[in-house]
Amino acid sequence: KNPAVYLLQPFHSTTTSTMRILVGVKRVIDYAVKVRVAADKKGVELNNVKHSMNPFCEIAVEEAVRLKEKKFATEIVAVSVGTKQAQETLRTALAMGVDRGIHVETALRADQELQPLAVAKMLAKLVDKEKAGLVILGKQSIDGDNAQTAPMLAALLGWPQATFAAGVEPVDENKALKVERETDTGSEVLKVNLPAVLSTDLRLNTPRYATIPNIMKAKKKPMELLSPEKLGVDVTPKTSVISVAEPGKRKAGIMVESVDELLDKLKNEAKYRGYDQRLYPGKRVGK
Amino acid sequence: ASTLVVAEHSESKGTLSPSTLCTITAAGQLQNPVTVLVAGGKGVNAVAQQAAQVPGVSKVLVAEHAAYEKGIAENLSQAVVATHKAGDYSHILAPSSMRSKNYVPRVAALLDSQPITDVIAIKDQATFVRPMYAGNAIATVTTSEPLKILTVRTTAFEKAPSTGGSAATEVAPAVAKPEAGLSAFLSESVSQSARPELSSARVVISGGRGLKTKEHFQMLEALADKLKGAVGASRAAVDEFHMPNELQVGQTGKVVAPDLYLAVGISGAIQHLSGMKDSKVIVAINKDKEAPIFQVADYGLVADLFQAVPELTDKV
Repeated sequence: KNPAVYLLQPFHSTTTSTMRILVGVKRVIDYAVKVRVAADKKGVELNNVKHSMNPFCEIAVEEAVRLKEKKFATEIVAVSVGTKQAQETLRTALAMGVDRGIHVETALRADQELQPLAVAKMLAKLVDKEKAGLVILGKQSIDGDNAQTAPMLAALLGWPQATFAAGVEPVDENKALKVERETDTGSEVLKVNLPAVLSTDLRLNTPRYATIPNIMKAKKKPMELLSPEKLGVDVTPKTSVISVAEPGKRKAGIMVESVDELLDKLKNEAKYRGYDQRLYPGKRVGK
Repeated sequence: ASTLVVAEHSESKGTLSPSTLCTITAAGQLQNPVTVLVAGGKGVNAVAQQAAQVPGVSKVLVAEHAAYEKGIAENLSQAVVATHKAGDYSHILAPSSMRSKNYVPRVAALLDSQPITDVIAIKDQATFVRPMYAGNAIATVTTSEPLKILTVRTTAFEKAPSTGGSAATEVAPAVAKPEAGLSAFLSESVSQSARPELSSARVVISGGRGLKTKEHFQMLEALADKLKGAVGASRAAVDEFHMPNELQVGQTGKVVAPDLYLAVGISGAIQHLSGMKDSKVIVAINKDKEAPIFQVADYGLVADLFQAVPELTDKV
């Protein structure tokens, strides 16, 4: 292709080929932190605990940035719903290559009070407002472990979805995406018409680190402040946590010295010991 | 009040999945009549016949259409929504899986109800127990939604018997346009293995970073074949050796609870433990005696796995 076509594209992009990607980012307790149940047993302790961007959201940001580098997208907007500190997470996304941020501020606890359906409704409003042509979200956040927001958003918009994406390729002159997605038994390839919602799985890419110059640049990138009220979405929680408990612990086992001893234990002892120890954590709750 | 269970099944084998039997057990605990929806392509009637024989099921609805064959979320969710609109259920349950994580939230948004996923215990009709934070926090949650949509972590519920019942079978409520036309299935790559399926296998042999390369997993496969077990992997192994993701055991992979779980060269990160710690017997082989996996193992062997695993395979 004539390189001049590429050079001209930015000047024409506003009138001919705008492709804006909306990417969701969530601030969660860092994946390496061992979470602890708070003293009041109403949730886990959030104070003085290291937080970072949800790992699957990092993959979502990375994929959006790659799609822009490939000239598929013209602009990337990152959205984070959460407390004031969610802005730090947005800055990280901006430093990775996102163009601008939208912070929807709420005081709700992001792990249990801010719920996926409410988030999906807010994202749907923002998709309309921004005229986004593609939304990329993480497949799940590692706090609530719900894995719900992406398909909900697709449903609210009436768009196709490709969850657990492991490979994304624009096809049909950028009118559709070919997506390899993880399944229970392997993987499958779908073609989704655009606009669409994607959710990212582990193998999709390896997110880049933000460089110092890009972190500096990110501080100057625009960030819009919104609220659920301004978006007209009721975020009243539909489910509420009555109590949170530590999981049931397995009894410590024994160390064996050799493969022979291991086999002996498995044959003569394990079938009894094992069944006794079958403690489903749920059964220990509320005892 | 009444409960709808959306079945999972293997189309190619024409069988109801064990996870559906576990979900029917969970549905039974709600103490309302249980209807099972079986949606799929040709051959789905054979699955419906199996569902009709599960004790505790009062009705089976069959939605047969090519659009439902591959579990395309845009299509399948329409079948569930139409069934709910005709039956006005108080609860909709599905087994927790990659498939249900794809279509259940879509159903929930269309019916404007916030679901509760990965339920491990049912307290009453509106109160459920579920893990958060990779199982490091176990939350008891109550919902104010009139329609309660749940996915069930099947390792937490026994399988319902597969015979003894005799439910009526009917055609499911019709959907105007089953093929939504939003996305198309192009191809799939299903891991070809004679071994049992990871999430329902009685023996699981999993490998981690200690295996060093993807090729070394053949060692685990040899042992798995002798024990009629399945092979799994930690996230670290999937990541570093580019293992197929469907082998991943842990928070963001599969949750398994076999009779015997053998962890080979797996250090035992919390994300991995959350996927296997309900196994009946856990054995760990690791050369690092400080590895956290030994804290949950019933039997620990500090050894070089490249010697211990072949020896075990030989002697077992």
